[in-house]
Amino acid sequence: MKQIFKRPKALVDVPFHFCPGCHHGIIHRLVAECIDRYKLRGSTIGVASVGCSVFLYDYMDVDVLEAPHGRAAAVATGVKRACPSNFVFTYQGDGDLAAIGTAEIVHAANRGEHITVVFVNNTVFGMTGGQMAPTTMEGQETTTTPFGREPGTNGYPIKMAEVMAELTGTTFVARVAVDNPKNLMRAKKVLRRAFETQIKGKGFSFVEFLSACPTNWKMSPERATRRIGEEMVPYFPLGIFKEDNASGV
Amino acid sequence: MAEIEFVKGNEAIAMGAIEAGCRFYFGYPITPQNDIPEYMSRHLPEVGGTFIQAESEIASINMMLGAGATGARAMTSSSSPGISLKQEGISYMCGSQIPGVIINMSRSGPGLGGISPSQGDYFQATRGGGHGDYRTIVLAPYSVQENYDLTMKAFDLADKYRNPVVVLGDALLGQMKEPLRRHKYRKKKGEKDWILTGAKGRSPRLLKSLYLSEGELTEHNWRLYRKYQRMKREIMYKVEFLEGAKLVVVAFGSVARILKSTVAMARDKGMKVGLFRPVTLYPFPYAALDKLSHKVRNFMAVELNTGQMVEDVKLAVGHKKNQVDFYGRPPGSIPSPDELLEEIKKVYNKRVKK
Repeated sequence: MKQIFKRPKALVDVPFHFCPGCHHGIIHRLVAECIDRYKLRGSTIGVASVGCSVFLYDYMDVDVLEAPHGRAAAVATGVKRACPSNFVFTYQGDGDLAAIGTAEIVHAANRGEHITVVFVNNTVFGMTGGQMAPTTMEGQETTTTPFGREPGTNGYPIKMAEVMAELTGTTFVARVAVDNPKNLMRAKKVLRRAFETQIKGKGFSFVEFLSACPTNWKMSPERATRRIGEEMVPYFPLGIFKEDNASGV
Repeated sequence: MAEIEFVKGNEAIAMGAIEAGCRFYFGYPITPQNDIPEYMSRHLPEVGGTFIQAESEIASINMMLGAGATGARAMTSSSSPGISLKQEGISYMCGSQIPGVIINMSRSGPGLGGISPSQGDYFQATRGGGHGDYRTIVLAPYSVQENYDLTMKAFDLADKYRNPVVVLGDALLGQMKEPLRRHKYRKKKGEKDWILTGAKGRSPRLLKSLYLSEGELTEHNWRLYRKYQRMKREIMYKVEFLEGAKLVVVAFGSVARILKSTVAMARDKGMKVGLFRPVTLYPFPYAALDKLSHKVRNFMAVELNTGQMVEDVKLAVGHKKNQVDFYGRPPGSIPSPDELLEEIKKVYNKRVKK
């Protein structure tokens, strides 16, 4: 019988620790598929961040460096400058990238570092137990916004993909979701283009994934996945915000 | 390379780094060390190196962490407030065992303080500085020549122990100009079997500081501790005028340089005063001072702070009859050789001539 679906080679054969219904596993798989597709297993250096995504090194069959909280883009800058022919990506959550690491991501992007950033936005600090993130939606209840996020005191959910697209230094910027088969297939194609941006030496690429966190949203996996389309996508629109048409990426 | 040049202290550090094979520099401007990034920005490209002016000291140290993880020789430099910001990264580098060289041309604190020389960062440098139970090797030059020599040595030590090394100078050592004799770096090529280069033809490598499994972190910390113990073989110190000394002045860096004149003046006046200068502040030359303390009863620590290294001197001297006096000049001004002579006289008259 012909095998039509299997684990990507770049993904280690161990069970994920992620909670049921979490989208990290799917996003990990998409990254691993790209590493396989472009034969990058031997040249990739991944930079893990702090949060649920820190265990990237348990799942990816590539060299991995663990960055301090928020500093992945600066760490990846050092790695890529020292090893320009290696494929370098960061994998960061919204607490990491959009709160404590805002300076590092903005300036790595502004310098046009030749790295690929996988940004997972689940509107909450996952690993620490569901506190407010910069991406938390207005009115969303978290453990530190028990009465819902109120913009007057907590500010507004930050749209990182739009911020990245505004910077002259970026080459490819997109936001995707993996909440239904159509969006998943789209996300796959978009991530490939982000990888190609770096492979072709075209500069900085950034893909924001809208992701579910059923545990901290206190929802069933099914309800959490539905929330992405109902609440997140209207505020965090999907699409490619910036691409370099001339170079075909 | 044998001719003598007239060089500024900060530039000697940059020259030593490039000669030692440093090809990556990451930094953020702060007085009084700006000559280092300025020199690097001009001269690193000549040797195929990379200079990045980062958005912050935090980004600088993390870029160095990234470059160091690939086996490259990398450096960052700053001054006291900037070094505080780098402590997070230094802690992670120690935990992940990633080498790198950090230059602190320290200035006066606390807070924004001032740009005058200070030794107020002694505790920060020698006790780890950031969170967690870790240490970095700390080298304390006292001349432009030592700025050059010890910076070169710092890269070898960083690679040898897979650990950050701090060179602790100050505004005086960075801003003054002195004769410098540059010399060739004798390459010690060591294969690095831990660096991240892409897992081609081998299993993946991982550099991290997170250890969550039962007992794993304790074991990791014991491993680091044993490494810090091994660093003791790198201890360096210099002594002068020890013959028949009745009082030994202990000082490092710029103030030791001033005291060199003071102690010579004291000897001219017939006072039996010697000078002991730790060159490695971590590991501290405890054993050498202890040995000396069985021959000399009186010690005096002199620092450009209100008393930090003096604690190590007290820990070092082992004889029950030892006396340790202290003179400190708080950050903000520099004592002259004559002023220091007056302070030494006071102690000498109290302890030796009584």
